Amino acid sequence: MDDLIVKVISRIVIPFMIVYGIYIILFGHISPGGGFSGGAILGAAMVLYTLSFSADVAMKKFPHSVSMKLESGGIWLYIFIGLIGIFTADSFLSNQQGGFYIGNAGDLISAGMIPILTVGIGIKVASTMITLFHTIIEEEGHE
Amino acid sequence: MKKGLFIFVLTLLFIILSYSVMQMPALGSVDNPAYNATTRYYLDNSTTEAGAQNVIAAIITDYRAFDTLGETTVLFTSIAAVLSVLASLGHHKKEENHG
Repeated sequence: MDDLIVKVISRIVIPFMIVYGIYIILFGHISPGGGFSGGAILGAAMVLYTLSFSADVAMKKFPHSVSMKLESGGIWLYIFIGLIGIFTADSFLSNQQGGFYIGNAGDLISAGMIPILTVGIGIKVASTMITLFHTIIEEEGHE
Repeated sequence: MKKGLFIFVLTLLFIILSYSVMQMPALGSVDNPAYNATTRYYLDNSTTEAGAQNVIAAIITDYRAFDTLGETTVLFTSIAAVLSVLASLGHHKKEENHG
């Protein structure tokens, strides 16, 4: 889509969308939200970028190699945090028994592994949305 | 004839489903079967055990963290399947164009 109004408006809106998505992911253990919803907002911001600018520009900003690494990185982070629980406690994905810092409920750095896992889920969901969209757009372009 | 049979079967199905919906407990009622000891336990202990104010976050990433790992695996599997199908389709198209 080559439209000046769409380009200008999305250039204004996209930074706010990305900051809001990161906020929802990071504050998932305090306020409503979490990895899935925050990652969906981040992915929607990138989809808006791809739609308003062309697919080639977006592919250069966020190539397939990066998105594939992020995608496996999110799930590896999750499994790695879970494996810490095996060594420090006796079960997979143990939070308080695993020695994670619990802190005061309501602080940003609290709740042990929950924010870390939420970040992993957020990265995973965002990169899944972007990769799915870019792959389908690419297939459309080939025909 | 066939259309009448379809309408009859669908109406029967509609009546059965509406009847079973009528039998369900009211939304938000205290005597719901969902309000059992587990709900009470989560509401009472999630702040002290998991340290999270958001009870839902405490449930999905602490008490049910293994289930969330499964959900993440579902996402990974879906994107792997889509990439394998679409990427191979693109290669075939290129080969056909060259030949």
